[in-house]
Amino acid sequence: MSTVGARPSPSRRGPSRRDRIGLRFELLGQSLVLVSASILGLALFCLWITAVLIVGVGVGIPVALLLTVLVRWLADRHREWAMNRLGQPIASPYRPTPAGNWWTQLWVILCDPASWRDWLWLGTNSVIGWFTAGLSFLFFLGGVFYLIYPFLFWVTPPDVFRTPFGPQFELHSVPESAVMMPLGLVFLVVWYASAAGLANLNARVMRSLLAPTEQVHLRARVQELASSRAVTVDTQASELRRIERDLHDGAQARLASLGMSLGLAEQLLADDPQAARQLLAEARESTSSALVELRDLVRGIHPPVLADRGLDGALQALALVNPVPTSVMIHLPGRLPAPVESAAYFAIAEVLTNAIKHAGAHRILITLEFVEDAGGRLSILVSDDGRGGASIDAGTGLRGVGRRLAAFDGTLVVDSPVGGPTEVRMSLPCELS
Amino acid sequence: MRIVIAEDLALLRDGLIRIFQAYGFEVVEAVDNGPSLVRSLLTHRPDIAVVDVRLPPSFTDEGLRAAIDVRKQIPGLPVLVLSQYVEQLYARELMSDRAGAVGYLLKDRVSDVGHFVDTVRQVAAGGTVMDPDVVAALMTHRAADLPLQALTPREREVLSLMAEGRSNAAIAARMFVTEKAVSKHSNNIFAKLGLEQSEEDNRRVLAVLAYLEG
Repeated sequence: MSTVGARPSPSRRGPSRRDRIGLRFELLGQSLVLVSASILGLALFCLWITAVLIVGVGVGIPVALLLTVLVRWLADRHREWAMNRLGQPIASPYRPTPAGNWWTQLWVILCDPASWRDWLWLGTNSVIGWFTAGLSFLFFLGGVFYLIYPFLFWVTPPDVFRTPFGPQFELHSVPESAVMMPLGLVFLVVWYASAAGLANLNARVMRSLLAPTEQVHLRARVQELASSRAVTVDTQASELRRIERDLHDGAQARLASLGMSLGLAEQLLADDPQAARQLLAEARESTSSALVELRDLVRGIHPPVLADRGLDGALQALALVNPVPTSVMIHLPGRLPAPVESAAYFAIAEVLTNAIKHAGAHRILITLEFVEDAGGRLSILVSDDGRGGASIDAGTGLRGVGRRLAAFDGTLVVDSPVGGPTEVRMSLPCELS
Repeated sequence: MRIVIAEDLALLRDGLIRIFQAYGFEVVEAVDNGPSLVRSLLTHRPDIAVVDVRLPPSFTDEGLRAAIDVRKQIPGLPVLVLSQYVEQLYARELMSDRAGAVGYLLKDRVSDVGHFVDTVRQVAAGGTVMDPDVVAALMTHRAADLPLQALTPREREVLSLMAEGRSNAAIAARMFVTEKAVSKHSNNIFAKLGLEQSEEDNRRVLAVLAYLEG
């Protein structure tokens, strides 16, 4: 799952007039670049067709390869621009290029539908780019042109700017040419009103052609699921092995020895009551130890308090016994599915242990809320005021937490500058009941 | 003494009944679910209820909730809660009415039958008894507390035993010292923690637990 969130661009939240004008001029500059890029794109497109046509000659192959690299670079820059414009992530659609000689690479690139979509976009962009970025730029240019019309009339030789609308309409003097100035204002108003819309239109066209297709999405998703399933199966198998070992060496062994002690005590009862008494006391001790072991085991499988009280109560209980003062803030409008509760509980418990062991924190805050976006998710934030420097790669157990969350399509992000504070954000897609 | 037992596992229920009968207590009713427990307590008004935390029909902390609910209607009804695991959260909820006459123990503790029966008597008489696991968790929880750090290891041991609900005599027997020595320790502890001394055992337990709860 992607961790890049859509941020509402500042222009949508009641921006000031200065911001709005600033945005228009920013877009103006960009449209100049975009128009140039669309011309470059057209040139590349023509070159590429030529290269493909002469591919049999031999020199066509390296040229086509070089052009593909150039086009990919150009397309990536446009993806970035469209991403910023729309405030939505646009992933790269290309298949990974395999290591190997140049003709296998060429083959993979040629077989990648994304390459062909790139060329399609190049062709489209050379038209759409003009109709959006070019048009917007022309509106602005027209505005400026008509606003300074009298000045142009004055500096240019006679006969140049006399008949703006054909021979029927002739201007005779500089003051008379000022009649064109309102037209400049009209152009500027049109430019101002349409700039953002045209840029967005351009960005949408880019997104529709440059973003991965549904098929590519699905392919990536299948890969993601296959690897997370493999991890889940592995983790579960090793958990089961651990439980089996714990039971075998712990409770089972203790019950067996308990049976022996009791059997022996039964034998000794008549002849040596003192020894029998001793054995019985030992047997009782043995049951206590077995119960302690079983209790620890059960806590590791599913903490009873979680079954009793749900995530809310279980976290309160966890915070209560934490040596570092810990506050829990929970805003959940309903009860979470049991597997999600359990996953969240163990993830938080692990992060807490981490904070206590490594961070030297004095205060820990756990915040849970349900966010209703794209089907809903549980958002967890564990923050502490410790010394920071935690990372997923530092072997502090956070990687394991991330892996276990991945089984639920969840994510874990660590923000922990050296010196603190540390923020661990976790997210688990789920529905409330 | 008249006892009501609430335990859903027949094996453990029979075990408890057998222990109580061996010590000459009268088990007026043994129930196996939450609603029956509430009804039984309200009709029989026993001298003490021995209650398992997890009971049907919900198989969550039904027993604990039933006990707390009934104590709202019959304040100070002695309740000894047994569980396969202890949670400080539950201990706090049980003690929150400050009426005393509550106990909270791991089921393991029943195997020390003599001490368990003493505990039942103590709670029936209005005492407060906490499981050593609860007290240990409380002590860890307040480990960073300065007044607690000022205690000697010996005093800390006495404090734990007091929090569990033991009398001076019991603490003395446990630590192999005289009762006088225990009382001296206890004076020091109360002075260091800034608590008001109390001769009465139950008040002392409550004061110590309240302090540890913070």
